[in-house]
Formats: sequence, structure tokens, C-alpha cells
Amino acid sequence: MPNIKELISFAADYFPMVFRKPAPKYVSESGNRVYGMVAEFHETPKVYHAAEMVRDAGYSKWDVHTPFPIHDIETAMGMKTTKLPLMAGGAAITGVIIAIILQWGTTAYLYPTVVQGKPFEAWEPFVPIMFELGVLLTAFTCIFGMLALNGLPRFHHPLFSHERFYKVSDNRFIICIESDDPKFDPSTTRALLEKAGGSEIALIEDED
Amino acid sequence: MSAIQPDESLARRMHGLQPGEQPVARSTPLIPGTSDDGTLSEDTGKRAPCVLGDRSFEDVTNIVCGYAEAKMPKPWLAALTITSSIAALGTGMILYLIITGVGVWGLNNQVDWAWDITNFVFWIGIGHAGTLISAILCLLKQNWRTAVNRSAEAMTIFAVVCAGIFPGIHVGRVWFAWFLAPIPNSNGIWPNFRSPLLWDVFAVSTYATVSLLFWYMGMIPDVATLRDRAYMRLTKGVSRPMAIPMPIGNDIIVPQLPKPDQIRVLIYGIMSLGWRFSSRHWHRYEKAYLILAGISTPLVLSVHSIVSFDFATSIIPGWHTTIFPPYFVAGAVFGGFAMVLWLMIPLRLILPNFSDLLTKRHLENMAKILLLTGTMVGFAYGMEFFIAWYSGNEFEFSVFANNRVNPAKAPYWWAYWTMIFCNVATPQLFWFRKMRQNPLVIWIVASFVTVGMWFERFVIIVTSIHRAFLPGEWHMFFPTWVDILTFVGSCGIFMTLFLLFLKFLPVFALAELKVVMPQSHTHDDH
Repeated sequence: MPNIKELISFAADYFPMVFRKPAPKYVSESGNRVYGMVAEFHETPKVYHAAEMVRDAGYSKWDVHTPFPIHDIETAMGMKTTKLPLMAGGAAITGVIIAIILQWGTTAYLYPTVVQGKPFEAWEPFVPIMFELGVLLTAFTCIFGMLALNGLPRFHHPLFSHERFYKVSDNRFIICIESDDPKFDPSTTRALLEKAGGSEIALIEDED
Repeated sequence: MSAIQPDESLARRMHGLQPGEQPVARSTPLIPGTSDDGTLSEDTGKRAPCVLGDRSFEDVTNIVCGYAEAKMPKPWLAALTITSSIAALGTGMILYLIITGVGVWGLNNQVDWAWDITNFVFWIGIGHAGTLISAILCLLKQNWRTAVNRSAEAMTIFAVVCAGIFPGIHVGRVWFAWFLAPIPNSNGIWPNFRSPLLWDVFAVSTYATVSLLFWYMGMIPDVATLRDRAYMRLTKGVSRPMAIPMPIGNDIIVPQLPKPDQIRVLIYGIMSLGWRFSSRHWHRYEKAYLILAGISTPLVLSVHSIVSFDFATSIIPGWHTTIFPPYFVAGAVFGGFAMVLWLMIPLRLILPNFSDLLTKRHLENMAKILLLTGTMVGFAYGMEFFIAWYSGNEFEFSVFANNRVNPAKAPYWWAYWTMIFCNVATPQLFWFRKMRQNPLVIWIVASFVTVGMWFERFVIIVTSIHRAFLPGEWHMFFPTWVDILTFVGSCGIFMTLFLLFLKFLPVFALAELKVVMPQSHTHDDH
């Protein structure tokens, strides 16, 4: 669960006119806040092992940017499984309940119509729409829930100011350790990334 | 250079190369002297590669994005001109129908469902292959699906668009189509939830929505790749100015207009929602993808089952059978795969670099699915006929014998036998390895199957209702020119949308293709 400070920082990304970001921990030479430190990798096994090293060094606020989902990177990063399947299950049940209320309420109470002498409250004809609405709500929750948990859409991000970051969508792998991480320290973090085999290590500034 | 294409400028364009960039050469050329591209191995111990030519991640990005960024070849422009004209004609026919009334169609008191519902079921069936490839093959861990899933999903969306037109306009007074929605009308009357026609509304609209979201979600990372490439070109200063394509002669350059890359950065930027390829995001993304695949699988089976309920729950002989749901679903998968093949084989010719991503192995696999589902459909035809006889219901049997099969008695015998020939006989060619490995043969069979599947729906709908219980109610159905041109127009709408998709969106699932490449493995030993 994110703390209040993180929530404010998150809201400030979207509504800078309403929320002010907490004071930065590190400031670069040009006076901008430091977002984090990045290192580049060229091969999948190398970035996988580097992620294991960063995990074992005890960092918590960091990320691996990869052109495709690397198999089992969750273990290498020590990530917790997402709550998305639970949310989707809840949405499925909600959809089915809405369908039951909609069909039963209208057919049996609001507007009972005699159709071929069949009983008003028979449940069998309601099954197809129960299924369809369950599927519909699950799909909405999956996609919009995934985006919401990811904090997307978010069109501005400090990483986009890093020229080399744009190669991630092609064939590059980038590990980024955020300066908000309690263990972040410009010199030791750089040493760790170097030891992990990263190249082009750079400090990312947040220009705001 | 000549390893890719003899024509250097064409080769550069195929790769979407900017001036000064190095082209990508295949390090392993095709096996000389054969038509085999190295993927047709029958050795079960060896897995055929999903991406040929020893490509790197960068090559695959260049191939897939290259087409969306570079000028399209002339055949594309010619095809778009033709299909968009046909689409405009179809739109004109729809307007004519709305202004004049459904009397412009050949429907009559006896045959009150004909080409409209035939076209609806035909198009909705075609859509099913896309969801099948993206959902069922995903759950079955069939890696070869990555080459075709994006274009098959796009085809699904466009087919559902075409399908949605027909039930919408066949109601006559289109402005009352909102009666289909689950809300009371001004007299407080609710729609009848016990009617399969209303189930159909829910099924088709859910299917359209879920397919669209699934397609869009799959595209987010790939559109982000297009965004990043356009942005990099802008910052490097190698963006081309806007040029208006001319069918003959050179393009007209308009430097006053914004550059295409500026428009790309804006539109792809908004579409990709600020995706930053984060592993924490990928984790949730993959979970969402898996759940969507899991719910789309029963969804795709339910949609065509519910479409078949429109017929099966009535008591008209020829419609009132329990075999309809599985029979319709098998037919839909069959027709949909035929359409995927029908589109993909010319695509490999027009955009040749795609043949490294869409190999002969892919075509062979899909040909095998055509054989399987075609045989299932053939079994359903036989079983339907057998039960009509075995049940002892003389009306049911009469529909088959006297309305469909017997040339001496059934006026629509030719439709029935066209269906049998196209759907049951032609796919049997694929028992022979030579046949299912030959793209031309596959394409011809796919054309036959597409025609046959349209006739299947025509046979089910029209031959069942053109003769009711009393001979006084017997009427033939004759399509009018509006019927014909509306259907042709819907084909134009479908093809136009597909051609625009080829130009403006990533045709291959880039991120998923990279996952099935050997470089994506996290351990060096395999």
C-alpha cells in the first residue's frame, strides 16, 4: 500500500496546479530534482542477472524497462503478484448479479409478458445474458484495472527526457533505480549498476 | 543487398530505412532450389523457428514498423482506391435502403430473412478466427500464433463492423433500433429477455467490445514503439516532409504541412497512453492478457452458439435442431481461418519481408485447421441429414430432401451442392502434404471456403423458410440489385478497413514476436 507522500507525488504528476511535489532528496548540479539512475543492458540473460543483483542489494523502488515481457522477471525482481485476477473475479460476479436483477426484475415484476405460456420467473432463458454481462465487466476491469494499477495514461515521465530510453522499445534493456528509494545513493547505486554489468549509466533529472 | 530484394530502393523502403542507415541482410538465405523456407520440418524433436533469417530484435522492429512508416507500395494504393470506391457504393446502398425502406430488397412475405441475415451470420462467423487465434491458441501456448494474431484480431473487428450493419438496417425503421437496448420505451415496455434475438444483441455487442479492447490492449506497446521511432527521427532531424501520393508520377511534397512524424508522435503518443515498457507494468499486462484470453475463449464459443439460437429455438423445420450451436461454431472457425489465409497469402507477396515472420509453417498449420474444421462441418451436414431421417419427422426430412438435396425437386439444389463442394470437398486436398505446403493451393481453397461458408448460411436461412407447411405459402427468393450491391459494399468496407490497418498500425504483435525469438531466453544454455 503506498503511503501519503507517494500518493501526493503521484497526484502531482497529473495535477501540478493542485498538488506540490514533496521536496527532492537529491538535486542535480543544474538544480533539477533527480528522478533516478539508469543503466543499459544489451542481452536478456545479462539484464536478468543484473535484476537479481539489484533485488539482493535490497532496493524496492526500481524497475526494469524491456521491449517485451521477460519470462520470470517477477522472480528476479522479487515482485509481488498483482491483485488484478481478484478484481476481475469480483467484476465477473457483479456482472452476473446485474444481469439477474435486470432480467428477473423486468420479466417477473416490471413488465411481465406472456410468451408461449412460459413461467415468468424461469431462470433458464436468463443464462446467456448473465454470461455475457459477466464477461463484459471482467474485460473492462482487466484492461482499465491494469491501466489504473500501472498509473496509465501518463504522458509525461522523467524517463522520456533521457534520449537513450527510446531504444527500449526496440532492443535495449534499462534498469532504473529511483531516487525515492531509501537505499538510493548516487555513488553506491552507480557502483552496483557497474558491477551488474550495466553500461551508459546516467542520472535522470526531472525537469519541472 | 541483393539478399533481400534485387531493387535497392525497394529493399530500403521495405525496411523503413532512413537515408544513411544500414540495411539488414539475412544471414541464412532460403534453401536454394526448393520452395521450402526451412520451417516445414517433420522432425518432431526439432521445433520450427517462429522468426526466420536469424533476425535480431532490431531487425524485427524494423520490418514491422518499416511498413507503417515508409511509403506503401503502389499495389496497396491501387487496392485502396478500388475497395474504398466499393465501400462508398455500399454506404450509398445503405442510405438508399434507409431512405426508401426494406422493400428495395428482395424479401417477401414467405422469405422474410434472406441476404441480410445471411450476410450478418457470414461476417460474424469470419470474426471468430481472430479471437480463436488470440485467445484459444494463447491458452494452448501455441507460439506460432504471434505472427498472425494482430492481423486476425483486426480482421475480427472489421468483420464485426460489417456484421453489425445488417441487423441494424434490416429492421426497416432504423431510428427505432434503440428498441434493442435493455431500457423501457416511452410506453414503459421492456424488451423480451426470453428472446434469443435479444441474447444476440448482448452477445454480439459484448463480443465487439471485448474484441476491440483485446486488440487495442495488445497494440499499446507496439504503438509505443512506433511513437518512439517517430520521436527519434524528429530529434535526429531525418523526418521526411509531408508528401501527397500520386497514382502516376512523383509525389507532391508540401513543406507547409506538418511532417508525418509530428502527426505520428501525437496520435501514436495518445494511443500508447505513455507506455514505458516497465517490467512492473508488463507483469500486470500479461495477467490481464491471460484473463482476457481465458474469458474470450468461452465468449467466442457463446457468440456463435447464441447466433445459432436465433434459428434453433424456432420451430421451423430445418432450423429446430440441437446440433446448431457446435455446428455454427465449427463453421465460424472454418470460415474465419479461410479469410485469414485469404488475406495473409497476398500480404506475404505484396510486403515480402513479412515472409520471415509469417512462414510456410504458419500457413501449413492454418491449412491443417481448415482441414479439421472443414471435416467437422462436413460431419455436421451429414449428422443433420441423418437425424432428419432418423427422427421420423417428415417435415424436417422434407426440408432436406425436397428443399435442398434433390435436384429434381429442390429449386435451391445448386446452393446446397455448392456448399458441399466448397466446404467439405475442397479442404480434403490438405490431406496431401504437397497441397497444404503450397501457398497458391491454400489461397484457392480459402477462396472456395469463403464462398462455401456464405452459401452455408444462405442454404440454412432461405431453403428452410421458402417453403412453409402449406404449398400455397411457397415462394422463391430473388435478390434485387440493392441486395447484391449492399453485400458487395460490405466486402468493400471490410477490405478498406483492413488496408488502412496495414498502413497505419503495427501489423505484427512486435513484443510477442520478440518473446518467441531465441534471444529472449533468460539463460544462455537454451
